Amino acid sequence: MSYQGWIIVIGILAAMSCALLGNFLVLRRMSLLGDAITHAVLPGIATAFILSQSRSSVFMFLGAVVVGVLTAFFTEWLRGVGNVDEGASMGVVFTTLFALGLVMLVQGAGKVDLDPKCVLYGAIELTPLDKVSVGSLRIPRAALILAGVLVVNSVFVFTFFKELCLTSFDPALANTMGFRAARMHYVFMVLVSVTAVACFESVGSILVVAMLIVPAATAYLLTDRLGWMLVLSMAIGAASAALGFESAKRVPAWFGLSSTTTAGMIAVMAGVFFAGAAMFAPRHGFVIKWLRRQALSLQILSDDVVAYLFRREEMQQPSVDAKTLSTDLLAGSLAFPLATWLLRRGGDLEGTHEFRLTKAGRERGKRLVRSHRLWEQYLVDQAGVGTDRIHGSAEQFEHFTDRDMREQLARQTDAPDRDPHGKPIPKEHE
Amino acid sequence: MILNGASTVRAWRLAGWILFGGVLATLGGCAGEPSDTTDSWGRVLLMRDYNTRVVVLGVAMLGGAAGLVGSFMLLRKRALLGDALAHASLPGIAIAFLVAVAAGLDEKSITVLSIGATLSGLAGVALILFIRSQTRIKEDAAMGIVLSVFFGAGVALLGIIQKMDKGHAAGLEEFIYGKTASMVADDARGIAYVSLLALIVCVLLYKELKLLCFDEGFASSRGYPTMGLDIVLMSMVVLVTIVGLQAVGIILMIALLVIPAAASRFWTDSMSPMALVAAGLGALGSAIGGLVSALAPGLPSGAMIVLACAGFFFISLFFGTRRGIIVRWIRRVQLARRIDRQHLLRAMLECIEQTTPSSSDRAEHHALDLSPLRKTPISIEQLLAMRSWSEKRLRLTIDRAVDHDLVRAKESQCTLTQAGFYEAARLTRQHRLWEMYLITHAEIATSNVDRDADAIEHVLQPEIVDQLEELLDSNGMTIVVPPCPHESSPGSQHVSAAGGTA
Repeated sequence: MSYQGWIIVIGILAAMSCALLGNFLVLRRMSLLGDAITHAVLPGIATAFILSQSRSSVFMFLGAVVVGVLTAFFTEWLRGVGNVDEGASMGVVFTTLFALGLVMLVQGAGKVDLDPKCVLYGAIELTPLDKVSVGSLRIPRAALILAGVLVVNSVFVFTFFKELCLTSFDPALANTMGFRAARMHYVFMVLVSVTAVACFESVGSILVVAMLIVPAATAYLLTDRLGWMLVLSMAIGAASAALGFESAKRVPAWFGLSSTTTAGMIAVMAGVFFAGAAMFAPRHGFVIKWLRRQALSLQILSDDVVAYLFRREEMQQPSVDAKTLSTDLLAGSLAFPLATWLLRRGGDLEGTHEFRLTKAGRERGKRLVRSHRLWEQYLVDQAGVGTDRIHGSAEQFEHFTDRDMREQLARQTDAPDRDPHGKPIPKEHE
Repeated sequence: MILNGASTVRAWRLAGWILFGGVLATLGGCAGEPSDTTDSWGRVLLMRDYNTRVVVLGVAMLGGAAGLVGSFMLLRKRALLGDALAHASLPGIAIAFLVAVAAGLDEKSITVLSIGATLSGLAGVALILFIRSQTRIKEDAAMGIVLSVFFGAGVALLGIIQKMDKGHAAGLEEFIYGKTASMVADDARGIAYVSLLALIVCVLLYKELKLLCFDEGFASSRGYPTMGLDIVLMSMVVLVTIVGLQAVGIILMIALLVIPAAASRFWTDSMSPMALVAAGLGALGSAIGGLVSALAPGLPSGAMIVLACAGFFFISLFFGTRRGIIVRWIRRVQLARRIDRQHLLRAMLECIEQTTPSSSDRAEHHALDLSPLRKTPISIEQLLAMRSWSEKRLRLTIDRAVDHDLVRAKESQCTLTQAGFYEAARLTRQHRLWEMYLITHAEIATSNVDRDADAIEHVLQPEIVDQLEELLDSNGMTIVVPPCPHESSPGSQHVSAAGGTA
């Protein structure tokens, strides 16, 4: 495989193994733990270096994982024993450990080229250089490690899916049912540490934080099922890794600049996916929710126009000019033309400046007015509401009342001819 | 050792404050009396060097300001917001650099970079608040998303900048990673202005910010502009963070915002002392860290400041006078002993009750006068059968009750003293009143009330007992005090303890 192909593969593997565990971090509201662990592992690396006097990655990996688990443990301990707020205890622990690591590095490892900045930024571009032989293949070490982490994580999540689900959503229930929520928590923490350390060794800490949280949060916006959330988050993580790599080469070129850091662009890509989901997720996207609200208010305005014209027909004034209509309905200057245009297109309304109802429009108006007056009758009859206070409620209910409900209302109120105000209730169209 | 109620806690609290003051005094002493033998120590501690003076004063002011705004942030449960916004300032720095290069300004000007960082940090905070309010994503995830994506964008922009031919990008990261030891007077002056501003804002808006921290809903219902106040508070954090970022670096800035505030939480429960202690701890920790790193040039000053603050945090965690681990442990032990003592007294009274010949009267709704039987000796075996407690624990409890003159013990027999008898009668009465209440008003089966009453009898306040008496229409506890037979001598009391009229 090509050099660039390997970068993409490593990026995808890191993204998928992080995203898988990240789902549970997001659900347990511990999203910043990844950030804390990646900063806090410094003393572990320093200790391993001082003890082994080598830059052997095995020792450093072990040291980092141990300190990563300790970070999670101390955070939990401070929260439980010291009554410290969760975020604050995380902040205390990771900054202290980071400072400790810095001092140890400076004191014990004076002349090492162990650069904290390199840890933070990561150098995913250089990972394919470090290859190991597996059989006849030459595979980058990072790809091998990350593939192993991904397999372990997948097996863990698949095996303990039910337990993870239960302990994430309702730890108290899990405890009463005999699952050890605390034990599950620590196993999970070990895996998060292993994953974070394995990933930041090859791709940098900032990418670990991004990959742990952003794809999972994106998936959380897209679905309400945990299973789908896991699958989606992994897909989004993989997609942002691939697209991030491409955009790191291409986006700066649009401005006549050379390529930029891959890790940074992968994080940005994940952010783009999140922004897209936050805006356009079918159920939870805020643009979608806004559009839905606008569509509803437009429909209500159309209903109001039709019902208004129907009432004027009752008073033998079948047509009305646009200005009177819009002022009487208090319609917005943008919504009103849109509503009348939609009504004309739907065949409910005719005329351009003087509006009048078509036959279909008259039927729609009749239905609405019938719903309105039946509701008024019902509210007076059955709910004992005063005649002067029924109009507002009926005005709201009329938009959501279908034929079945009208028939039910008519039955409950003994199919009256006139409403409490003495207006005739139109008959249902046969 | 007899742990005697609230006074021990009070003594402990005093001791804690003395310890706290002692640390301060020692430091003051160190600065005041330089020893001749270690001249370099004296030079540093007296801050004779201009450079040391600038660095120590600068970080101390920064620590104070960060502790002050950090305590508001902690109470708002946004301790890690500083983390998010410090990372989020990176793209602003890069963009400011690019703009400055394009406009032909001095691209390394601290003013330009600071403006970029501030705007970008504010944008990050605004985005966090927006994500939290407009989507189903929770605050922690929103912080993580903004932190990582903004920082990623900043890294990408820096990657571009480093490959540009124009401008000198080297050292741009220093803006984020800091360079405490080489802090210059201009930096310290900037910190001083911002700290002063933060102090003025916190003092002027103290009441409003306090309300915002403790009850946002109430604040907005009283017509306070909570959104505006939130923005003011966040802006303070952004300003302090940005000015601190270039001076001391990202990790240290987070530490200064979080650690002093979290540490001062152990010493007090009220807002203004907490803010003061946080500011003091922040300033002190920073000064100590700065001094230590000046003494040993090999030690990175940022890390030493964090470690000094962390040291204060751990001292506070254990010795804090309000919520520290030790004081809470003492309170727990005291409560456990009080509960054991009360169980013992009630068990003894119930033993006496069982041995009375007229125990069948109890079924006939008669209150018993047990006082003549007060001196009935009760054996350990009898008491062991009353509840599930180990013999060791029972003997310990008896020993402590003997110390309190509530019980007299002789070998394996014990008797109630006069005081112990009153106390036992009072407790048993409370226990039974509560049982009665559960039976008559909560409709709980007679067989199930004992356990509930057992738990609550220790915390029933006199007012509640009064209310129970009113509800249950019970006759109060009658203590017959005979007239004094002669002047000035305390009269002997005669007690008739009426248990519940069950």
